[in-house]
Amino acid sequence: MSELMTERKVDRSQLKVSDEVAIEITGMNKWFGTFHVLRDIDLTVNQGERIVIAGPSGSGKSTLIRCINALEEHQKGKIVVDGTELTSDLKNIDKIRREVGMVFQHFNLFPHLTILENCTLAPIWVRKVPRREAVETAMHFLEKVKIPEQADKYPGQLSGGQQQRVAIARSLCMKPRIMLFDEPTSALDPEMIKEVLDTMIELAEEGMTMLCVTHEMGFARQVANRVIFMDQGQIVEQNEPEEFFNNPQSERTKLFLSQILGH
Amino acid sequence: MSDTHAQTVRFVRDTMLPEQAPPATAVGVIGWLRANLFSGWFNSILTIIALGFIYLVLSIVVPWLVSPTWDAASLTECRGILKEMGSEGHFGGACWGVIRDRWVQLLFGFYPSHLYWRPILALVLLAVALAPVLFGEHVPKRLIWFSAIYPFIMPWLLWGGSVWTPIMVAAGLAVGYVAYRLIAVTGGTLLALVAGVVAAMVWWLFLLGPVSGGFDSIIPLGLEGVESRDFGGFMLSLTIGIVAIAISLPLGIVLALGRQSDLLILKSICVGFIEFIRGVPLITLLFVASTLLNIFMPPGTNFDIILRVIIMATLFASAYMAEVIRGGLAALPRGQYEGADSLGLNYWQAQRLIIMPQALKISIPGIVSTFIGLFKDTTLVSIIGLLDPLGLSTAIRADSAWNGIVWELYGFIALLFFICCFSMSRYSMYLERKLRTGHR
Repeated sequence: MSELMTERKVDRSQLKVSDEVAIEITGMNKWFGTFHVLRDIDLTVNQGERIVIAGPSGSGKSTLIRCINALEEHQKGKIVVDGTELTSDLKNIDKIRREVGMVFQHFNLFPHLTILENCTLAPIWVRKVPRREAVETAMHFLEKVKIPEQADKYPGQLSGGQQQRVAIARSLCMKPRIMLFDEPTSALDPEMIKEVLDTMIELAEEGMTMLCVTHEMGFARQVANRVIFMDQGQIVEQNEPEEFFNNPQSERTKLFLSQILGH
Repeated sequence: MSDTHAQTVRFVRDTMLPEQAPPATAVGVIGWLRANLFSGWFNSILTIIALGFIYLVLSIVVPWLVSPTWDAASLTECRGILKEMGSEGHFGGACWGVIRDRWVQLLFGFYPSHLYWRPILALVLLAVALAPVLFGEHVPKRLIWFSAIYPFIMPWLLWGGSVWTPIMVAAGLAVGYVAYRLIAVTGGTLLALVAGVVAAMVWWLFLLGPVSGGFDSIIPLGLEGVESRDFGGFMLSLTIGIVAIAISLPLGIVLALGRQSDLLILKSICVGFIEFIRGVPLITLLFVASTLLNIFMPPGTNFDIILRVIIMATLFASAYMAEVIRGGLAALPRGQYEGADSLGLNYWQAQRLIIMPQALKISIPGIVSTFIGLFKDTTLVSIIGLLDPLGLSTAIRADSAWNGIVWELYGFIALLFFICCFSMSRYSMYLERKLRTGHR
């Protein structure tokens, strides 16, 4: 998995990080019942950063990014997204969810709606965009993920890779400032992983702020500007990808990397 | 496999095989017969036995069905006709005279005969009102407005009375809505909802009578009134069934959502209601409606018996409906909720656009089964003295002319119910096919 599964060259000089803070997490803790899933998470993400979160399963990496758009509720600490603090106030939650797109491992497309309807639903109902404009935007993003010809089909008629690209387009239609990816390629066949990664790289090149939970270490190496390694609900190590892969500091990280790269 | 002989397994195809027609025994009528009726000697024997049995049954039933007793005015006369034909005994022939004699009564009960046009018109309008709901894409969109006002037209047509009553009942909805909007500005949505319901209730219970009475004294406009005790026959079954079906679905959805709610009190109320209703036989509820309910009412109030029965049947069906829909909700993967949440849809938008369309689709067979069950359960009202077709059949058999007739009456009633229930069943299958988008 050390190689990026795509031949697409990434021009890192295009990838710029601004000084503007997009997400600020301080002293965040979360429990599932009595199980302490996330412990004292501190993380600041600037606008334009591409962060890959890696770690063994059960380390809390998915839970972390799910806390950012309030799919999971944190119990202690503070999460500020784009200047809005995440509290139990529904207004704030809705505001943040409008600005933060999310792509899931299992796509979570709406099977009873066509691809186009999947993409236009939220803009029409949440952003109150006129239908015609929403359709235009949707077609624009479907073209961007290279499946405009599937617009009138239903999700069940598409391959896994196509569905995941639709899911990305659906999120983009809301014009989010931040994108969260929760293992976007884990449920895909190897040949489909490539098309999804290509789409993600393109997104990165356009300056999207991205947080990706993924096992695609090639993607991390080439696209990310920061890799975060989590274990047992804590951030164990974070560094620039080159340093992270070539010169890991913690024993836990070394072990993980040797397991994931050592074949 | 290291010792595979490369020289013997090596193979390269140089000509592609053309497509061939399947053998005659695998397709067409012969293929179908072979596959479905005569696949193997045991199945062939079973097929022959079954065909023989079907022939036996039909050879008894068909002559019975087609016996020419249409004009007989009494059971004795009918037996006479059959005797002349030389057929006697149980399977001698049907006495259809009873249906010719009493079919109007079986359909309308004791509804005044010069007003039959009203229930018939109500039925025709029902078809018009149902069209946009059931076959939305084949009829003009604007027809849905008629569906919206039909619930106010139907009772007025059936029971008659001042035209102002249904208008003022509809106005109650407007009153509730205005109250909701007024409170929603300052208070929360929940408070506004409660205020809206309370305002509408106050309007219906206390102001409705005087206001519509006032209007009626200015512009007296209305239809001749018909008492509930004159209602009967299949018309009564249809009235109770259709109203209960129409209300139990939305009520069931609300109950199912309430049962899944995080709000403890709301949840407890819904669970308590559902479990109580499901734990009590419908017949008990109907007895409560017919006898006990009056005890709790202020003396002198006359709460219409059909209305009471409709309420009980609706509550009964809605509890079952809630559980059927909860099954549909449970079958949806969590990802659907998360997908909707992550796009910023709020609770009601997510329910309306994402969750309910899918949950209801999954529950269609269960929902329609509940509908059919409810419709057939309307015959239970005969036990509390309402004259539905079953109640009437008892009355008809008490008539000396038709004393002793069984099959023909019940057969006719069964046919009426079968037509309705079978239509519902077919419609649900059509709907399932139409909504199938999975393609898996």
